[in-house]
Amino acid sequence: MNFVYERFLGGKNGALAIAILAILILVIFPLFLDAFRLNLVGKYLTFAFAAVSLVLLWGYGGILSLGQGVFFGLGGYAMAMFLKLEASDPESTKIQTTPGIPDFMDWNQLYELPWFWIPFESFTFTLLAIILVPSIFAFIIGYSMFKRRVGGVYFAIITQVIAVILTVLIVGQQGYTGGINGITDLKTLNGWDIRTDSAKLALYFINALLLLGVIMLSKFILTSKFGQLLLAMKDKEDRVRFSGYDVSNFKIFVFCVSAVIAAIGGAMFTLQVGFMSPSFVGIVPSIEMVIFAAVGGRMSLIGVVYGTLLVNFGKTGFSETFPELWLFLMGGLFIAVVMFFPNGLAGIWNKYAPKVPFLRPLVNSSTNAETKSAPAKIESESTIEPESTTEGAKS
Amino acid sequence: MSYFSRRKFLGKTGALLSAMVAAGFITSTAMAADYPTAEVNTTGLAVTDDTVTVGILHSLTGTMAISETGAQEAEKLAIKQINESGGILGRQIKIIQEDGASDWPTFAEKSRKLLRNDKVAAVFGCWTSASRKAVLPIFEQENGILYYPTFYEGLEQSKNVIYTGQEATQQILAGLDWVAEEKGAKTYFLIGSDYIWPRTSMKIARIHIEKVLGGQVVGEEYKPLGDTQFGSIINRIRLRKPDVIFAAVVGGSNVAWFKQLNAAGITSKNQTLLTLSVTEDEVLGIGGENLEGFYSVMKYFQSLDNPNNVEFVKAFKEMHGADSVIGDVTQAAYLGPWLWKAAVEKAGSFDIDKIVEVSRTGEIELDTAPEGYVKLHPNHHLWSKTRIGQWNRDGQATVVFESDLIEPNPFPEGYQ
Amino acid sequence: MGDFSLQELTSILAMQGFVGISLFSVLLLMALGLAIIFGQMGVINMAHGEFMAMGAYTTYLLSVMTQTYFPELMNYYFLIAIVASFIVAGSFGYLTEYVLIRHLYKRPLDTLLATWGLSLIMQQSFRSFFGAREVSPTLPDWLMGSWMPTDSIFIPINGMFVLGLTGFVTLGVFLLMYRSAWGLNVRATTQNRVMSGAVGINTKRVDRLTFALGCGIAGIAGAAFTTIASTGPTSGSLYIVDTFMVVVFGGAASLFGTIASAFTIAQAQSILEFFISSSMAKVLTLLTLIIILMIRPEGLFSSKVRK
Repeated sequence: MNFVYERFLGGKNGALAIAILAILILVIFPLFLDAFRLNLVGKYLTFAFAAVSLVLLWGYGGILSLGQGVFFGLGGYAMAMFLKLEASDPESTKIQTTPGIPDFMDWNQLYELPWFWIPFESFTFTLLAIILVPSIFAFIIGYSMFKRRVGGVYFAIITQVIAVILTVLIVGQQGYTGGINGITDLKTLNGWDIRTDSAKLALYFINALLLLGVIMLSKFILTSKFGQLLLAMKDKEDRVRFSGYDVSNFKIFVFCVSAVIAAIGGAMFTLQVGFMSPSFVGIVPSIEMVIFAAVGGRMSLIGVVYGTLLVNFGKTGFSETFPELWLFLMGGLFIAVVMFFPNGLAGIWNKYAPKVPFLRPLVNSSTNAETKSAPAKIESESTIEPESTTEGAKS
Repeated sequence: MSYFSRRKFLGKTGALLSAMVAAGFITSTAMAADYPTAEVNTTGLAVTDDTVTVGILHSLTGTMAISETGAQEAEKLAIKQINESGGILGRQIKIIQEDGASDWPTFAEKSRKLLRNDKVAAVFGCWTSASRKAVLPIFEQENGILYYPTFYEGLEQSKNVIYTGQEATQQILAGLDWVAEEKGAKTYFLIGSDYIWPRTSMKIARIHIEKVLGGQVVGEEYKPLGDTQFGSIINRIRLRKPDVIFAAVVGGSNVAWFKQLNAAGITSKNQTLLTLSVTEDEVLGIGGENLEGFYSVMKYFQSLDNPNNVEFVKAFKEMHGADSVIGDVTQAAYLGPWLWKAAVEKAGSFDIDKIVEVSRTGEIELDTAPEGYVKLHPNHHLWSKTRIGQWNRDGQATVVFESDLIEPNPFPEGYQ
Repeated sequence: MGDFSLQELTSILAMQGFVGISLFSVLLLMALGLAIIFGQMGVINMAHGEFMAMGAYTTYLLSVMTQTYFPELMNYYFLIAIVASFIVAGSFGYLTEYVLIRHLYKRPLDTLLATWGLSLIMQQSFRSFFGAREVSPTLPDWLMGSWMPTDSIFIPINGMFVLGLTGFVTLGVFLLMYRSAWGLNVRATTQNRVMSGAVGINTKRVDRLTFALGCGIAGIAGAAFTTIASTGPTSGSLYIVDTFMVVVFGGAASLFGTIASAFTIAQAQSILEFFISSSMAKVLTLLTLIIILMIRPEGLFSSKVRK
């Protein structure tokens, strides 16, 4: 029990922070928000998965992926394929040339289900695919990049290009993927109508619990020896390598884990929003996920959840009242965070909360330690030469 | 939440109209008394004794703002005019405007907000098929009604959507018939952006060319959205020497396509080109000099010479500036509020089910549409005429052909 | 395809060849500004596309002004517009470096994010000032149409113009970087910043001017592309991925690498496109690039840089 307490929750302060988050999303939101707003929060929380995945990858691993939408999309599409097959039973698609296949296939002159769709008739397979497809994909990319010591800006650009490739493929192969419209009109999950209010409420709780679970699991990973090494690697990669560790394996592992986390978010997104489209795979959503993480605090698993919520509430609120101003604000926020608050909300909290007497007990000492190390890093960097842009050029 | 934009809208036009509106209120209270709120609104929509609230849902930001600006301007104009003439069942229309931000889940989210939280009586909005597909399940589930203005690929018919633009066969078949007859075209080169609307349109075009017109398709090409390099395709066109280029390229690609075509020496002097995707709005970006002499097939052109249209163009320019241009979709969007008014008045109720019921009768019609007489088909699409316009250097088209009223057929037999 | 004479086929081959060259010049012009900045500071400027759009809008403004006030000068305004675009985008770049970039040199990934934020702001500014719709600068007549060396060969004049401009700009960059005292300072700073500072080079000034130069060239590219593509608030984003690929594939700090990379990508794309669908051609080209980058992570050519 003590093990769980220390490692999954991060000690007293960590447990308190998670408890506060849990109370907020499990009790306060459902109590005070109407069904519509709650569903919105549910959608935002699916993006929080991607933000959490970026804490592992970017905050601790120092690897910036601008293609996290790829994994979000893979998870989302896997779930959407299953739901679409269930929604396309021969009865409800009887006006089609070929009943029983998804409507967009029928419009594109496909007369039978493509082979890679067939396994998605099984729910078990779909669940496995949500985990395995992104991790295998991430493994392939990670293996070929990190073994060759590609990193930094290069890795960011390459992941971005992968996001573009996948978008072009999905849009171009519309007979197999639903094209730019995506996979829409999803109805039931194993017979359970996911469009009703009660289903949406249930899905909200499943989503929130999964998110808390993922945060605790990530905490476990980060408090392990692996987490320490990851942080060490980010600051002084060569020293870790010379100490006898295979740095690339750690990077591949953390990339795969972050891919799976983002994919779970994608699958939950499909369930709650009711469709999946290529607009969640491309460059813009991928960078927005990075924004969420940056605003929340790239070193704080809890902070990024608040960051995601804040940015998305801002986006919805502002685009309802001042649509013209939203992009100015978003851009400005982003620049401000990068320039003045590199540790985001979590950094601000840790800096100012201790000065307020009654907030002092709430300050998370472990995130405090995290954020202490980060500015220290930036300072230390300023005394040395700039980071190399490719690890390859370094060697 | 969108009081800001509504107030801005009212502020813009308010001063000018206050006298007329005041007069309208007097008649409207008299009329509203004939239609007690409890009777005309049995499902809890946002209808009071003197107002009814509707939603406008278009992209004001993001990549689609380019296209959707005109549509939402037209919808506001129509609503303003309806209010000036006394409103609907004696009630003034209030607008709640939402920004879809060129993002499909945002469209879904906002439509759910409009229907569920604001209880709007009708929504005018969406532009792309993707945004319509995203909101469709919500309109069906919440039982709202959407007036959708864009010409689109068909293959859809929902009880909760009224399609005020043309479906693919209405637009395409008449255009191809004209080009085959008038230009004696035998060989066709099809080119479009790579997504569902051009692909479905080209599929219909190919079947029509091969099976009905006895012509030949000598090439079919699709460019990824946003691609701006057309050199290789232009060379392939040269290799195949088609009588007609039939094009459905959209967005930024569309501009690049015409500029590069022109620069490569393919102009109306030596090539017939018929496009599905150029309205007056697009010409602004493409430049009239790059389009001169090419043909568009649409149901509406700003230059249409009939009293309704002259008045519409004048009113539109008064409200949104003398420089504004009006394209096919803008006009179709303008029809939305008017068609809704016709349906509500026929039904004597704002209830969605009753509006759907009268829409199904096929008797909702408009004599005052800028494009001329239109009638709502029981399949929720409009009977409309298809026209061919030839572009001039000044960005306006000369209408060279006008069909009879064409029956909408979103699920065309033999073309699927 | 039996009814083609040999002459027609050769003509098409020649024109297809020009398509490749033309695409090459477009990619190079797009990437040049970014490559200079990337080579100098290891920073990818995500707002590069917006600096291009800035050049395009400058051209549009000048076209409207010329048409209104000096219609007789319509034939010449475009040349002025190119210079103006360079100055406008360059000055804004200078400002950007001063306000934003110089605080972030030690954090290249954060620069990526900050410039993304900047690009959002710039896009919305374009939309607020010029409207959401695309605009089209009226082109002078001499830029329209095509040149016909034979009856059946059509070479687009705007394509030749972009090619010529690219050659001119590239030559200018070459002379500036490799044949001028200032270029020596730039290269010295790239190779060893601390040492350069120690021998009296004002490295901060070098950075600022390099960034301004890169943005200015983006402005020129934007002005040139009004002849072949669209001008709208988001048109800059149409180019960014291609531009990044050219720069990353070419390798840092190498003008020659950027040229070679633009050439390879352009040829691959235009040849593939002639045979398979455009979407697949794009996917294949990008995939191949990624695979090559896995084998040579430092890009095609990279000068030996001591970090």
